[in-house]
Amino acid sequence: MNSEIDTSEKPGSLLEVREYKGLLSWLSSVDHKQIGIMYITTSLLFFLAGISLALVMRTQLIRPNNDWLSPEAYNQVFTMHGTTMVFLAIMPMLTGFMVYFTPLMIGARDVSFPRMNALGYWLYLMGGILIYFSYFTGDTLHAGWSAYAPLTSVNYSMNSYLVGTGVDYWIVGLILTGAGTISTAINILVTVVDLRAPDMKLTRLPLFVWMSSINAVLMLLALPALNAALVMLFMDRHLNALFFNTAAGGNPLLWEHSFWFFGHPEVYILILPGFGMVSEIIPVFSRKPIFGYAFMTLATVSIGFLSFGVWAHHMFATGMNFTVYYVFALTTVLIAVPTGIKIFNWIATMWGGSIIFDTAMLFSVAFIIQFTIGGLSGVIFATVPIDWTLTHSYFVVAHFHYTLLGGTLFTVMAGFYYWYPKITGRMLSEKLGKIQFWLMVVGFNGTFFILHFAGLAGMPRRVFTYPDLPQLASINLISSCFAYVLGLGVLIFAVNLVVSFFKGKLAGDNPWGGWTLEWATSSPPHPHNFERIPPVRSLRPLWDLQHAKEQPGAAAPHAHEGDSE
Amino acid sequence: MLLFIASEAIFFIVLILAYVVYHGTSPGAADATRYLDVPRTAVFTACLIFSSFTMHHAGIHLRTGRRRPALTWLLATIVLGAVFLAGQGSEYVYLIKKEVTISRDLFGTTFYTLTGFHGLHVFIGLIMLGALFGLELKQRVTNPFEAVESVSIYWHFVDAVWLVIFPVIYLWVLL
Repeated sequence: MNSEIDTSEKPGSLLEVREYKGLLSWLSSVDHKQIGIMYITTSLLFFLAGISLALVMRTQLIRPNNDWLSPEAYNQVFTMHGTTMVFLAIMPMLTGFMVYFTPLMIGARDVSFPRMNALGYWLYLMGGILIYFSYFTGDTLHAGWSAYAPLTSVNYSMNSYLVGTGVDYWIVGLILTGAGTISTAINILVTVVDLRAPDMKLTRLPLFVWMSSINAVLMLLALPALNAALVMLFMDRHLNALFFNTAAGGNPLLWEHSFWFFGHPEVYILILPGFGMVSEIIPVFSRKPIFGYAFMTLATVSIGFLSFGVWAHHMFATGMNFTVYYVFALTTVLIAVPTGIKIFNWIATMWGGSIIFDTAMLFSVAFIIQFTIGGLSGVIFATVPIDWTLTHSYFVVAHFHYTLLGGTLFTVMAGFYYWYPKITGRMLSEKLGKIQFWLMVVGFNGTFFILHFAGLAGMPRRVFTYPDLPQLASINLISSCFAYVLGLGVLIFAVNLVVSFFKGKLAGDNPWGGWTLEWATSSPPHPHNFERIPPVRSLRPLWDLQHAKEQPGAAAPHAHEGDSE
Repeated sequence: MLLFIASEAIFFIVLILAYVVYHGTSPGAADATRYLDVPRTAVFTACLIFSSFTMHHAGIHLRTGRRRPALTWLLATIVLGAVFLAGQGSEYVYLIKKEVTISRDLFGTTFYTLTGFHGLHVFIGLIMLGALFGLELKQRVTNPFEAVESVSIYWHFVDAVWLVIFPVIYLWVLL
């Protein structure tokens, strides 16, 4: 398809794109590609901050009765680690990929509302800065990323150190990023509905776009619940309202219900685009079409529905009645089914394929295994008595890090290795990539697998130290050592990103032999995306195009109606 | 716009649920709700409902390009909305004089938060209507269909939220 693009103007790398030169072109940009890059870059910086906080925690826990950090400081560190990773690192990183690739994959010029797209990014950046600004007030939020009432209340005067302004920065920052996320969600949905290329039917939509759209629905309906909860908290703190004031009859459970009604869809918001990424990567690197496309989309839709009906499983320990337990235990078990369908589909896609183990594929395969472990330890929690025993222990920490770190982060890494050439025009170093991969796999599993046992041994999470018991001491020492290995892996990734940006091998249009529309344009794409959009006759338009060329007598690509399916 | 409305709906549902959950749990609430003037609020409610009809008419005329009736109906919508807000304001003043404040009890907390946020939305709606009115006056509406559609969907939504709030707060008190 090279011949269809005017090669004289084709930029070789991101630095050579004329329209992207100068700081002003970025600050004033409404181009979805520039905004996507800004999302990804900003979120990477927050990600580095978040992982540094994690290493600070593991350093504090490296030996029992450590007093390197005070309890207050430790509380701030784990709160900021959670808040940063969820709201400022992973979510916007996924949003960046969604904003960058949704228009490209559906053959559109840009998103539907480019200016609103920019608004979403700037709201996110300002919200993130506000949350981090609370460090300068000397008092960051202490109450954990879920900020349970009444720990956030002004009336918590027994421990006056909890009263500080950190909570207020946190509230305002999250409302800002939340508003930005809602506007982006609207944008993605409208783009997918309105701007698809001719003949790009919903049944021909790439899975990444499908999952991003479902993700946008979740963002749209989950975040307002968080905003409402934050508003109530703000009223409590500044207008002396009584929502969470138990002395006046207020109920902290109202916070927990509102928060988790947002919070559980949120964990699917954090994984669905990742599912989409591996659903793009695994077929390409197995040289086979995805197995069970229809089942994949239906499974995503059902995850979307069910995710709004499982929130109370975060609250089994609050003493609800048994009917509630039964219902939420059942929905929690049920939501594992569509997830299981996906895992089987990915495995079936690889089955019998000629698999190419490049770094992107390695991360995808590791993701499947680690996410399955995380998923299984999650289903265990659906059993209410087990939840009662293990809740708030390190077993929970191990569980959700297997889904969010071993799951989402690994998919994002795969996404980076797969799409970095398209975004920048240069390949990431495969050599550094493979070193990074093994460091991260060993580091991650070494850090978190053993923490399951810390939880079973009764070690509570969110406590700054632990008594000198032989089993806890050795578990924590091992976990902390592996955490540094993981940190080293991330460092190599950062080095790879920077070095490859200047020195990487030039990528060309389609380095992986991908089949979706983003590979039909130059790398990096021209500011207006496509010179000419290839006809979409199946799930894999570029495959059709290639085979039309190879077969003599079939000159016109549109003569090949649906030949790949 | 519809997607935005869906998002807003969740926001209000959470606030309404907060009101419902705390209904009757607050010891001094019966004392406070005595001061709610239901018939008076019903009149203002009627204003808001009626403003949805005037908005509908304004929309029809805007789309067909009849300026004069369009401007008249828009103005009527703005006036009715403003009357509703004024009614809410005077109600707040009266209640606060009777020492029903946001920090008095849970009724005050939930009542002011819910009606306050609704009032804020009415206010934003008025700004949007004002902008539409000004643009139409200066003949600057480039894409009347889209703008009118968005504003009127928003306005009907704000109206619909009140149709839930009014029975939940004011009629429930009568029971």
